[in-house]
Formats: sequence, C-alpha cells, structure tokens
Amino acid sequence: MNGLILLIYNAVLNGAPLMYGTMGEVLTEKSGNLNLGVEGMMYMGGAIGLGAAFYYEKMAGDGASGLVAVLLALIFAFLAGAFGALIYSWVTISLRANQNVTGLALSIFGTGVGQFIGEYMRVQEGGFVAISNGLKAFFQNSPFPAALRAVPVIGQLLFSYNIFVYIALIIAFAMAYFLNKSRAGLHLRAVGESPATADAAGIDIEKYKYLATVIGGGISAIGGMVYIMTIAGCVWNHDGLAGEGWLAVALVIFCLWKPVGAIWGAVLFGALMIMYVRVQIPMVPDQLYKILPYVVTVIVLIAVSLRRKRENEPPASLGLSYFREDR
Amino acid sequence: MGASNSIEFKNITKRFGRKVANENISFSLNKGEILSLLGENGSGKTTLMNMLAGIYYPDEGEILINGEPVQIRSPKDAFRYNIGMVHQHFKLVDLFTAAENIALGEKGRLDRSRIAAKIREISSKYGFIIDPDKKVYEMSVSEKQTVEIVKVLYRGADVLILDEPTAVLTPQEIGHLFTVLRAMKADGKSIIIITHKLNEVMEISDEVAVLNHGSFIGKVRTSDTDPQKLTEMMVGHKVALEIRRPMPKDPKPRIVVNDLTVRNHEGVNKAHHISFTAYSGEILGIAGIAGSGQKELLEAIAGLQVITAGSIQYLPDGKKPMELVGKTPMQIRQAGVSLAFVPEDRLGMGLVGSMGMSGNMLLRTWRRGKGIFVDEKISRDLAEHIREELDVSTPDIMYPVRRLSGGNVQKVLVGREIASAPSVLMSAYAVRGLDINTSYTIYNLMTEQKEKGVAVLYVGEDLDVLLELCDRILVLCDGHVSGIVDARTSNKNEIGLLMTTIGGQQPSGSVPAGQKSGKEEQQDA
Amino acid sequence: MHNEKQPLFHLARRDEMPKSKVWMIRAASFLAALLIGAALFGVLGKNPFEAYGTIITGSLAKPSAIRQTVKIAIPLLGTSLALAPCFGMRYWNIGAEGQITAGALAATYFALHFGKTWPHPVILIVMALAACLFGGLWAAIPAFFKARYNTNETLFTLMMNYIIIGVVKWLQGGPWEGKPGSQIIPMFPDNAMLPKVLGVHCGWIIILLLTVFMYFYLTKMKHGYEIAVIGDSVNTARYAGMNVGRIVIRTVFFSGAICGLVGYLVTCGANGTLYDSVAAGVGFTAITVAWLAQLNPFAMIAISMLLAVLSKGAGTLQTRMEVPASVSDILTGVILFSMLACEFFINYKIIFRGQHNDDGPRGFAPEDGKKPVKDAFASNGKEGGR
Repeated sequence: MNGLILLIYNAVLNGAPLMYGTMGEVLTEKSGNLNLGVEGMMYMGGAIGLGAAFYYEKMAGDGASGLVAVLLALIFAFLAGAFGALIYSWVTISLRANQNVTGLALSIFGTGVGQFIGEYMRVQEGGFVAISNGLKAFFQNSPFPAALRAVPVIGQLLFSYNIFVYIALIIAFAMAYFLNKSRAGLHLRAVGESPATADAAGIDIEKYKYLATVIGGGISAIGGMVYIMTIAGCVWNHDGLAGEGWLAVALVIFCLWKPVGAIWGAVLFGALMIMYVRVQIPMVPDQLYKILPYVVTVIVLIAVSLRRKRENEPPASLGLSYFREDR
Repeated sequence: MGASNSIEFKNITKRFGRKVANENISFSLNKGEILSLLGENGSGKTTLMNMLAGIYYPDEGEILINGEPVQIRSPKDAFRYNIGMVHQHFKLVDLFTAAENIALGEKGRLDRSRIAAKIREISSKYGFIIDPDKKVYEMSVSEKQTVEIVKVLYRGADVLILDEPTAVLTPQEIGHLFTVLRAMKADGKSIIIITHKLNEVMEISDEVAVLNHGSFIGKVRTSDTDPQKLTEMMVGHKVALEIRRPMPKDPKPRIVVNDLTVRNHEGVNKAHHISFTAYSGEILGIAGIAGSGQKELLEAIAGLQVITAGSIQYLPDGKKPMELVGKTPMQIRQAGVSLAFVPEDRLGMGLVGSMGMSGNMLLRTWRRGKGIFVDEKISRDLAEHIREELDVSTPDIMYPVRRLSGGNVQKVLVGREIASAPSVLMSAYAVRGLDINTSYTIYNLMTEQKEKGVAVLYVGEDLDVLLELCDRILVLCDGHVSGIVDARTSNKNEIGLLMTTIGGQQPSGSVPAGQKSGKEEQQDA
Repeated sequence: MHNEKQPLFHLARRDEMPKSKVWMIRAASFLAALLIGAALFGVLGKNPFEAYGTIITGSLAKPSAIRQTVKIAIPLLGTSLALAPCFGMRYWNIGAEGQITAGALAATYFALHFGKTWPHPVILIVMALAACLFGGLWAAIPAFFKARYNTNETLFTLMMNYIIIGVVKWLQGGPWEGKPGSQIIPMFPDNAMLPKVLGVHCGWIIILLLTVFMYFYLTKMKHGYEIAVIGDSVNTARYAGMNVGRIVIRTVFFSGAICGLVGYLVTCGANGTLYDSVAAGVGFTAITVAWLAQLNPFAMIAISMLLAVLSKGAGTLQTRMEVPASVSDILTGVILFSMLACEFFINYKIIFRGQHNDDGPRGFAPEDGKKPVKDAFASNGKEGGR
C-alpha cells in the first residue's frame, strides 16, 4: 500500500514536466501545426527559467521572495518558449515552410540556445549556477499547509506535490473547457480540421494558428523549467532534458489530443520512468528498464493505428500549410 | 446605374501565375433575381465568384455594391455585405455537427440551443430537412449541400452564390433544390448559380451572364434566348453537339462480373453483389450518385480493391477465360490482360504530377528497362508520339504535367492508356473539368476504341452525355446494381429513379442493342 | 464602408522563377543568417569579424584542422544520403540517430569478440556487413508497421532512437564494460580499425562513392523511379502496379543500412569504441541537410561541409574567444530558419497596394492556378532529377 502511494507520488512528480510539454503541443496541434521543436523550446524554457530565478535571487539577496522567484521563472520560461514558437509560426504560417523541417530546426536552435545560456551563465558566475536552498523549497515543496499534507493516504496522494503539478491541472481543465465549450475553441478546432472551411466562415486563420502555437510553445517551455527546477535539482547540467520534449510529442498521440488525457499520460510515463527504482523485476537490468517509456509509446502508436476511430484521429490538416488561393 | 443593380463588377482581372483567369470583366446583376453564370469548365466562373466571396482578391478592377465601391478582402468582409457562397467542394468540418458548422465564425457565446432554434426557423421557412446534431461525416452529399445553404442563410446572406449545385444531385434532388431556390427568390434574395448545364439555366434563371476563356461575353434575359444561342456565346463559335454512336459490331462477352462485393480501404463494403457483363465493341455506361460504388467497382476490376466475394471473369479473344479476383495489378497485366484504367483523380492516381510526360509514360513501362536501370528511351518516344497524336500542348515532354491544363493532363492520361492497345478500357469521370471541345475529343476516343473492338466501361456524371454516348447504362444505387438500361431507349427520369431506389433486378444485364438488330444506325440525341 | 483602402498587400502564387534569381535569393538569405549571427556575437561583446574569422581558420587553416572538419562531415554527408530515398517517398525517418547507433553496436560486437583473431580485411568487411544489416533491420521495424497499418513513422522512428541508445547504455555498464565500474567499452584493437588515407580514415572515399551511387540510384534506376512515384502519390504507385508496402520497407531498409554503415565508420574509423552518444545528433542535423539540398546528393556535400566548418570552428571559438561551442547549434538553427523562410519568396510574390500583378502571359501559358510547390520534398527534389 505504502509502496503504491510512493510510486504514484513519484510518478506524478516525474510526469509534471511532461504534462506541460504535452499540453502545449496539444494546443499547437489543434491548430494544425505539428511543432517538432518541443525539445528545443523546453531547453530554452529550462535555461531561461533557471536564469530568471537565479538572477532575481542574486539581485534581491536575502530578501528574495519565493513566490516572486516562482512567478519569474514561470513567466520567463513561458516567454522563452513563446519566442521559439513565434519563429516557428512565422516561418510555417506566414511563410508556409515545411513544418517538419522547421520543427527540427527549432529543436536544434532551441537546444543550442538552452545549452548556450546555461553554459554562458556557468562561465559568467564562475562555474556554478544554483539557487539557495530556501528558494528551492518554493519550487519543490507543496504549497499546502502541513496539516493537510499529514492526512493519511490522501495527504500524500493529493496535497504533497510541488506547485507546478497543481498549475498543470488548472491549465488542463481550462484548456479542455476552452476547446470543447467555448466559441473560440470551436473555431480553433475548425482551423485545425479544415482551414479552408474556417477561412470561408470568416475565421481569422492566421490569428488562431499564431496564438495557439505561441501559447502552446510557452506552455511546453514551462515544462523544461519544471524539469530543471524540480527533477534536475535547480542546476544546469550537460544532459539537459534527456529527450523529455520528444517524449511529449509522442504523448500527444497517446492522449489523443486531449489536454486532460495529457495529465494521465504524463503520470503513466512518469511511473514508467521511475519504476526501475520502485518495482524491481529480476533479470532485467535498470538500464533496460529505463527504455520502457519508449517501448510503451511504440506499442501505443501501433495500437492507435490498428483501431481507427473518427474522433481519435489527429486534426485533419496537421502538418499542412494553408494558402487561401490554393485550390 | 439604377437602384436595382445590387452588385456590379468593374474591369475585374485575376491571374494565376501566367494564366489569366478573368480578364477585364464588367457586368452587374439585379436584386431579387436568379442569375445564371454560364461558361465552360475553365472559363473563370468560379474564380470570379470567389472574388465576390472574398476567397480571391482581384489583381485589378473593383466591385460595387449598391453603387459604392467595396473592398472584399476575406470571406468575413463578404459576410458584412451579406454575400454568401456555397462552394462546389463543400467547406465543412467533417468532425463537427451540422449546427457547429452552421454557426462557425459567429461571434459571442456558444449557445447551442439558440443556434438550433435559428436553424429550425430557417429550415421551416424554406423547406429544408436538416438534423442539427448529425455529424457531417455521416451525411449524404445532398444533406451536406443543405447544411451549406442553411449556413449561408444563417449568416444573413441576401446574395447567395451556388457553385455547380446540381453536379452531385439526382434529377429528383435537383427538382427539390429548385423549389427551395424559388422560395428564397420570393423572399427577396438574389441568387447566382454557376453552371454549365443549359437546360437548368433555362429552367431556373431570370438572367444569364456568359463567360468564355476568362472574358465576359454578354448578359441576356433568359426569356429572350434559347440553348443554341447560349451555346454559341459560351463556346464562341457554332458547334454541332452530337456524339457519334455506331451500333456495336459483333459484341462478345469480355468481362463477366458475378456477385462481386468490394470492401474499400476503410473496411466498409462499397459494392454489393454486383453482376453484369461488358461486351467487346460496346460502351457500357455506369451511372449513379457520387460515391455509389463506381470508383470501387472499376478499381476492383483493375486489381486495386479488396474483393470480399464474387468473381471477375476475363474472356480474351481466342484464349481461355481467366479469373481476375485475387490477382495484383501487376499480375493482371503480366498475365496478358490488357486493362487500361483512366481513374477519376488524374493527378492523384493516374499520373505523377511532378514529372513530365516522359516520366509519366514510364508508369506503364518502367519494368521493361534493362537490369536495375529504367529505360527512358521507350517513354520519351511514346511521349513524343502522344504529344503529336493528341495535340497535347506542353513546352517539353519533361515539363511537369501538374502545370498543364486539365484537358492536356487528361489527354496525356488517356493517350497513355490507349497506347497500350487494351482490350478493356475503363474510365471514371473522364471529362470532369474539361471544356466542351476537349470533352468531345475524349468521347470520340472512346468511340474509336469501341470500334476497334475494345470493351469500354465509362463512368460518367452527366446523364445527357451518358444517354448519347453509351450503348447500355448500368445504374448503381448505394453499391447495388439498380438496373441496366438500353441507352438508346431510356431517359433521364428512368435513370434518375434507378439512382435513388434500387429498381428492377436484372442481374447479368440485358442483351446489348447490337445483338438484337445487328444493323448500324446513327442516333441523334 | 466607403472609400476603404485596398489591403496593403496580398499574396499570389508564383509560377516559376529563373534559376539565377532563385540562387540569388538563397544566397541573400544565407547572408542574412550570417548577419543575425554577427549581431549575436556583437551582443556578447565579441567582434563578429574576428568570430567568423576564427570559425574559418579554426576549421580550414591547417591540414590537421581540415582533417578534423572532414571527419565531422563524413557521418553528416553519409546520413543525409541515407535519408534521401526515405524523404523522396515522403517517409519521415527521424530515426537515423538510432540506426547509426544500431550499426555501430553491431560493428562493435565483432570488433570486441573477433577483432584480434580474424584477419584485418575479413574483420572489417564482416563488421561493415553486420552494421548495414542491423541498421537496416532497425529501420525496417517502423517501416513494416507503416506499410502494414499506416503507423505514424515520425514518432515511431524517434522512439526507436531512445530504445537502441538505452541498449547501448546497458551494454556500456554491463556485458561489454571494460574495467568494472568504468561504464566504458574497451577500445578496439588496431586490427579492427579502418586504414587512413591522406590522414583521415578511408570512410571519406566510401561516402564519396556513395554520393555518386545515390545520384544514379535516385534518378536513373527503377528503384529511384518507384521512390519518386510513391513520393508524389501513393495511389498512383498502386495504380501502376507497384507493391507500395514492399517498396517502402525495402527503401527504408536500404536507408537504415547506410545509416548503419555510417555508425560503422564512426566507431572503427574515428572513435575506436562505442558509447551511447555515438551518433551525436547527426541523425537530426542530416535531416535538415537533406532538405536544404533538396535531396540532391552533390549539394549535400557542400552543405555537410558548411555545417562541419561551423561545428569545428565553434570548438576553436570556445577555446580562443570563450564563446560556448553550442553557438554552432544556434548558428545552424538561424541558417536553417532563414533558408526555410526564403523558399517563400521563391514560391510566392507579394503584390503591394497599387502595384499590378504583371506577371502576364509570356510564351507558354496553360497553367491552371494549381499549387506548384506544396512540399519541397515532393517536388523540387524530383523535378530536376527526371
């Protein structure tokens, strides 16, 4: 029982960066843009989010407020990803370039920018970029009072995560409401399904595509910051994000383009990532255990392609650029 | 201009690349009337209307509404001037319901019950039948068209543009559509119908505007004209619109299809228990509402579909019969069955758009090269031959066929198929999108093949042409053989009824006309 | 609603542009990318001229530097060549990274177990064959599912990267580990290393031969024709009697085999051992090389060299001017973005208010307003070839 709770707890923590990465990409893909640059945007978000918290603490000194640090990290990570997505949007939406190649270019560019900034800060600050333990706590501890966390079972299962898990939940439900219940959400889905139809209905296609992609990119990038500030322990290391961004792209298919599904998918993947610590299987070495998330993704991909259902398919115009005067 | 001129085009020019689609077009149309915009395929009708609907933006000239020059930069602008267009290729989101599609683009909160109420109001006013909660991908073609028209009315359009609205409908559905259009006209709406069908022009419109090769030819009151005059305006010269139809000579069974059931790529049965015989020296027409299994039937014979049951016997001259079911397209060809297939989707299925004529000839011969290399000489020679024979207008046989006009693309495709000296020639919508002259070239090619003793299967959508061109017509309804009629004695009404309801059961078809009389006769339409 | 202004500009499809103008636009956008890079150096307080100078001298000034640069270019060129047939079919193989690793793994197996005992030519040939075979098989798994069930290959191939890299990590720390606890696989014996020609392992000759072969493969051979037809339209290919599934699997196997060969060259030519990041991002960068070259094998030589110069030069930049080497990724990204962006100006024209669309009829004009270039891979790559 206790082992199970611990497993779930760790799965949620490990899945949190993926929640953001995936939800951002869900929003992007709903507009018909397949942005393969999630890894790049998450790198940018990670490095710049860390930088924001670090330099804020450096300037504010001992009076640094944890809340402000968290907010700054969130905002800067978002802006970093939004900037990357903006480049992507300009090249693919306005200039109608190939989305796959542009996404890969963004991956290369973004990892470059992330590594560069991480490295640059490290050199500038004499070899070490880390925030103080006091501030770290705001990033890594639960925002709920101790009394709530102390409730048996429920306390750990529901109230013990860091603040980013709860923000992710809010975003997921807000996004689900937006997509399914609101007029703008209907329009966005129409743009992704059939831009020519949306266009003929008077919907401003470019506006929706830009907004969805840029906001989506920002949300994805927050995932990079969450990874650096929680899992990687608030320091920049050479391994960077270990392919989380690519996993997020795969998770979008796994969750069938549904934001709330992204949460469950991310938790499941989080579980797969740490299972080797919690659930030992004899004869299977840890290193092989670690490829489990990828193997599961492959199985899901195959399963999805085996049973096709109209409602579960990707947005119909995904990956295609739109020019009104094309017939 | 008087107050009755609700819309006026002034010196409109629109180009696509080097092609001039509309050149210096000026005319006006009246409020509360039905105007037919008549012209051949490729004469620029749709392009002109797309500028009114905000899909295209004119390169030169201006549009006036109620005497005021206006800028229609997007479909949204068009809505502001109460202009709405029903496109030939429906602009609907398949995954959405009728109501979601209709309300798309509106502002404000998404109030589903209010939307449904407004849809019901419009429906009862003009006599539409529509289920607001039905998903578009579950709808028939005519239901989708209804959604499109309601959508335009819902947005408050006073000017409705309908692009080839009858192309996909049965004669009975066309009748209903015209009733609705008259009701809308009585309600004070202006309607523009884009069409190339003269009888419909005469039936429904008050005025006719004619375009030819992108230029405006003239505008006449329908009551002051007749089909012959309109044809001359449309084509630019007098044409004898007759299709030569010799009686079949010595018809022998060539393809015998028996109890054939075909499943498409999505795993749905699209043709059920089909049985018929195609004879040599005969054109067998295939009619039906779009998507009734025509495509699947032809593709099944060509070896491109999954066949769940039944048989397709091929009976060559002087050889023993052969079963085609279960063979791949390659095996069918290698076994000496000379099937030539002209698919409906020319660039998506019959040709490689990015390659030139030469590369496209290779599609039939690429295996013949020595060893691992392709033999480009065979294909170049064939390409040059077809270019001369059929007068294909291309700067070079290496010039990408995608950049050729529709008529030339079709000539390349038909030319290649005929060049393989087939004993069975199948074609699906061979004249779709072609102008009248090229269409007649294609009809003549079909008839020539028939005279050579080829069994021709011709899937068409224009019932008038089918009745003039074919010897017998097989009518499909929802994947079933609804009936097989003698084209010389049947009429549009009979075929129309067979298209919508499965009629008399005539499993293996009536005897072709040639066997009954044996005497050649030329028949006028 | 009265006297509204015409829109500031509107777009129109361009028909065809003279080749010289196309190359001028591409050259201009490359220069623009360099200018953005210069601005970046400026922001960092470095002299842009000095920085670019350092990149050039660092990668090309000395024979040893050139050798290093060529060494970087070899896998990049090889992998771009490998991807060309895949992209010709519009099969998005982004698993080259994994296929390189798979090839390297297979080669390493033989090097470790038989490297000392088998004769020099035999071991090298067996390693190469094993690398091709395993790389090809690794690539063929997603291709099989693509052909059979239309499974999304972009993500499948991507996941296959991480799986094989995970396997290598396990081998590194487990069965093939050298000194216990080192997490390192021992170096290959010299007997299992490629000979050098002109100071660089002989892989460069193999890859150059492969470039010529790939050109003929894509433009003159039946296989190349099949690939081109499938890339244009799967339905047309079926209609022509091609067994699309089989061709896809065969082509992807071939592609993976070349990636495997690249893995072989990297292990027994350059590194002398196997580790998890043996592919070092080449699989991803090569995709963009193949795209920039529009699948023309000879153009790939130039672009691979350019990126190799950037990469090697950035290393020098780091030691001499204290700019992190990851600046080469940023520069690569910026160059890619601007090359992607410039295609727009080749395919579209912008018509400003009051200006006429005066690209009037000249010479031959039967065009239908149909989309000329939807996807660079689908068209540009092939129209020239045939």
